[in-house]
Amino acid sequence: MLDYSNSEIVLETRDLTKHYGGVHALEGANFKIHKGEHVAIMGDNGAGKSTFVRQITAVEQRTRGDIILNGEPTHFDGPIKAREAGIETVFQNLALADDLDVPSNLFLGREKVKFKLGPFSILDNKAMREATMAGLVKTGVKIPNILNSIQNMSGGQRQCVAIARTAAFHSKLTIMDEPTAALGVQETAQVENIIRTLKEQDEPLILISHNMRQVFDLMDRIVVFRRGRICANLRVDETDPQDVVAYITGAKTGAEFPEAQ
Amino acid sequence: MSKSSHGIGGLTFDDKKKARAPEWNVFFALVLIVAIFEGLGAILMGQSLLFDTADRFDSIFNEARLKIIILQVSIIGIIALGATQVIILGGIDLSPGSIVGATAMIAMSFAQVAEINGMANPKLMFAGVSDLPVIVPIFIGILCGVVAGAINGALIAYTKIPPFIATLGMMVFARGVAKWWSKGQPISFPTDSYAALGKGMTPVFIFIALAILFHLILKYTVYGKHTYAIGSNEQASRMSGIKVERHKVLVYTIAGVLAALAAIVLSSKNLTAQAGMGIMYELDAIAMTVIGGVSLAGGRGSILGTVLGALIFGVIISGFTFLRLDAYYQEMVKGVIIVGAVVLDQYRQKRNAARM
Repeated sequence: MLDYSNSEIVLETRDLTKHYGGVHALEGANFKIHKGEHVAIMGDNGAGKSTFVRQITAVEQRTRGDIILNGEPTHFDGPIKAREAGIETVFQNLALADDLDVPSNLFLGREKVKFKLGPFSILDNKAMREATMAGLVKTGVKIPNILNSIQNMSGGQRQCVAIARTAAFHSKLTIMDEPTAALGVQETAQVENIIRTLKEQDEPLILISHNMRQVFDLMDRIVVFRRGRICANLRVDETDPQDVVAYITGAKTGAEFPEAQ
Repeated sequence: MSKSSHGIGGLTFDDKKKARAPEWNVFFALVLIVAIFEGLGAILMGQSLLFDTADRFDSIFNEARLKIIILQVSIIGIIALGATQVIILGGIDLSPGSIVGATAMIAMSFAQVAEINGMANPKLMFAGVSDLPVIVPIFIGILCGVVAGAINGALIAYTKIPPFIATLGMMVFARGVAKWWSKGQPISFPTDSYAALGKGMTPVFIFIALAILFHLILKYTVYGKHTYAIGSNEQASRMSGIKVERHKVLVYTIAGVLAALAAIVLSSKNLTAQAGMGIMYELDAIAMTVIGGVSLAGGRGSILGTVLGALIFGVIISGFTFLRLDAYYQEMVKGVIIVGAVVLDQYRQKRNAARM
């Protein structure tokens, strides 16, 4: 396993905190991800994983703390800004329009245009098709014809289209929220292969997953959330599933995170 | 899960795997309906519906009937172009018929002549407002459509009330405006230039021009792409950064403008405007749209489909007249066809869902 601690930091959070009224959903999260590194976020339901991701992707506004992307502190006022800055998210409920073809889905909301005319700007379909092809080659997804609407595609192919978005846009950081939760065995393998491809291309990735095997197979590091705090930061080659479960359930707490219960 | 054998890596983009355009189905339906009427015509009347059997013209077609078929659907067809966009967006618009009534009254009152054969125009709405250039009533008419459509869109986008309710309100309201404008009196005697807008086959040319324009807009612009996207998955569109609310206002406004254009053409063709104009037009327009393969669930359909749907509509009306059947049957059959088209659409969707 490679050591990434010396390579460039892509994203860092300092004291990232989110309170919903009196509920402290996320408390003082200090997190780093380096270029090319694949980090898993694990934890029980309600442990703060999704809250953490929602702050990074600016779906919600944080209560306190800093988010630093490529060395620059960021203040995105919405998920679109975060995406424009290079943080791509593959949502659990696939954010795809079923009746549209693959290029339209990839470029949904940020279509390439040939001629600017406000809402009536002329689409550059050729450029979008070519970029789609390139994105799919990058992920290694095979789709019979990208110009068919995606409603007839399998769950795995659709998930791959969603992931191919990130590859097509040269994102700086990809976040996947349980990308295989709803998929069958073969389709899960497909998605995992894409994750491996992203790894080979040095693309950093944050993966939220409950699947221990997947995490140990694919990831470099595991960050465990418990009761709104980061309670463990473990390198995959220095830990084992029992250990991780102990942290998730609270049977064990990390010495380097003394504030964790 | 599909029984796909798609491996990882390697890419094939097979043009043979391209699905057949659904417009073909509508086209086949049109051909089938024409064939049915031709068959019935041959048996019952000893005549052909569309083809020239009496050798009256130089062409093989019965041009007079073809012209009538197209002419009688072209004005409602203009409304159907708007209905198509609204339904693809995942909405519904019940107000165009009433917008036609209100716009026809208001536009016509700015298109009147002062004198008819040396006598003062007895129907003149505003003293002194007469013989204006044709651009004035056109502009005012379009403005009516913009206002009505924008109100529809804003209500739906920002108060989140169902489109059915918002446009039902506009349907009743605009009809009220049409009656209030001249206290129920018809408004007549337009200028020659205004009357030219609906003369002869002009409505057909206007319909075709607008159909081509919106076909191109839906197919090749960001506006079109977003209309399909929102109708297909509104939540995903919002997450992808499409300004859904603003887009809805725009689509309903365009539908309002198309209703207003239909009103201008219709009042010009009739040389008069009455408060009752356009009643039930919205339902005929929706019917053309649905017959043309536009899914009421949103996200699917095309202008080309709607134009074919309008032609099916026209052939049926003409065919019934041709077979000398009562108009009552026409309406009954229209009703059956609308429901049949929606049932077919539901079936198609279920089949698609089952395949996944």
